[in-house]
Amino acid sequence: MQPEVLTSNPTGFAPVVLLQQLGARALLLLARAGRMGIFLGRMVGFALTPPVKVARVVRRVHFIGFGSILVVMLTGAFTGMVLSLQGFYALSRFGSDAFLGPLVALSLVRELGPVIAALMVAGRAGSAITAEIGIMRNGQQLDALELMGLNPFRYVVVPNFLAAMISMPLLACLFDVVGIWGGYTVGVKLLGVSGGTYMGEIATYLEMKDIMGGIYKAISFGGIISWVCCYKGYYTDFGAEGVSRATTQAVVMSSVLILVWDYFMTSAMF
Amino acid sequence: MIQIENITKSFDDVPVLRGISLTVEKGEFVALIGRSGYGKSVLLRHVAGLLKPDSGRVLVDGQDLTSLRGRELEALRSRFGFVFQGGALFDSLSVFDNVAFPLREKTRKSEEEIATQVRAALVRVGLETSEDKLPAQISGGMVKRTALARALVMEPEFLFFDEPETGLDPLTAQGVLDLIHECHRNLKFTGIIISHQLPRVFDVVDRVAVLHNGQIRYFGPPDGLERSADEAVRQLVTGRA
Ligand SMILES: Nc1ncnc2c1ncn2[C@@H]1O[C@H](COP(=O)(O)OP(=O)(O)O)[C@@H](O)[C@H]1O
Ligand SMILES: [Mg+2]
Repeated sequence: MQPEVLTSNPTGFAPVVLLQQLGARALLLLARAGRMGIFLGRMVGFALTPPVKVARVVRRVHFIGFGSILVVMLTGAFTGMVLSLQGFYALSRFGSDAFLGPLVALSLVRELGPVIAALMVAGRAGSAITAEIGIMRNGQQLDALELMGLNPFRYVVVPNFLAAMISMPLLACLFDVVGIWGGYTVGVKLLGVSGGTYMGEIATYLEMKDIMGGIYKAISFGGIISWVCCYKGYYTDFGAEGVSRATTQAVVMSSVLILVWDYFMTSAMF
Repeated sequence: MIQIENITKSFDDVPVLRGISLTVEKGEFVALIGRSGYGKSVLLRHVAGLLKPDSGRVLVDGQDLTSLRGRELEALRSRFGFVFQGGALFDSLSVFDNVAFPLREKTRKSEEEIATQVRAALVRVGLETSEDKLPAQISGGMVKRTALARALVMEPEFLFFDEPETGLDPLTAQGVLDLIHECHRNLKFTGIIISHQLPRVFDVVDRVAVLHNGQIRYFGPPDGLERSADEAVRQLVTGRA
């Protein structure tokens, strides 16, 4: 898949060489981006056309979703607690610490719940997805599937994709709930905000569209994680080194993409 | 029948196959031999349709493998069996489940029928006592025999072996070759085997193809190898440089 410019020997005038090399890099990047795009297209295409391997999807939900519950609860609790601390500090300067509840809840539901839960899932499950598929690639298990007349996308990629999109919104909601509870513990038990105010104001200010927005975000983050991590595993270089490199790249890339995509989704939903 | 017509393939501008033509008749068993790194696996992957040639084509019973896609390709491949160099077993499945996998996914047989067939295949390769072990828990020879059982259980018309006995001790290697020989006599598949077990593999096959420098330098019965006029062919067979 290397563009020809890369392999042809650049000769002559320095600025021309520089331009050639720049062009070659750009072409390579474009080719990679194209390959990722095609991968996404095939992944979505196979997900939408039956047969879907339901048993495999369930097993992946167990791994991606159920397996992430503990880490999501832990990070959720502490995120809510620190939000409460910081929020109280800021709000009490304006004498409006009654709004601590909505501040914590809105921050979590609209933003931090989906994003941090997604980052945790990328680190915990995404890396494992890449390593697993990479090892299957290296061990020729993907070839073996193909040679049995079975489609590796249906068997390996699509179950991860669907499972991530099912698990992520649930995990984000769990994160929100635990976070709000953590914020309550700090705000009410530690800082002395009234419990009724904390919860009551949340009910007043938190709207359905905030919750739905967070859920849409979480679903798309699930798509991003499974897309990037499956892609990196599918096109792993050979050897153990290849797998470890792919795993690192998958986590970094999906985390960056989550944050970038989050900005665009937020600005679109405003 | 498999017809390989003038296949060329380069990786990063380095030619690996430079115009290969071979015909394997129905029911015939051909050994593909040659030194390591000369493209034997690459050629076999073309025959299985895992790689696309830069030019040339592969015909299986007259169908052009290089132009098939989607369901047609899947249908053709259901007639193939492939024993990979490393076995390519699914790590997370036991020996039994590995062998049962193609039956469960490709046929509508009941779980009982599948179990009977899998046990029969495992008995044939001498693995009936290890059916619950995971691939990581068995030896290299057992991995290869499991891979063989997985390929045999579908009773494919075409069977390809990529070094099924490499890395095994001589006795086990001979055992695997004997097993393949017996299967060929019973199932009459059309096959290609890559092997370094010279001259033992010559007892198993009908014809031998020698791959050297990206070309077929000899294609004929095993007993003609020593009389070949080609220096490279004789060196390979006698093991002397
Ligand atoms: N996917 C690939 N990408 C790049 N080079 C490859 C690939 N597969 C094989 N090669 C190269 O092709 C040559 C032949 O490899 P191979 O067919 O595995 O040899 P062998 O005859 O030992 O089976 C080697 O030089 C190898 O590096
Ligand atoms: Mg090889």
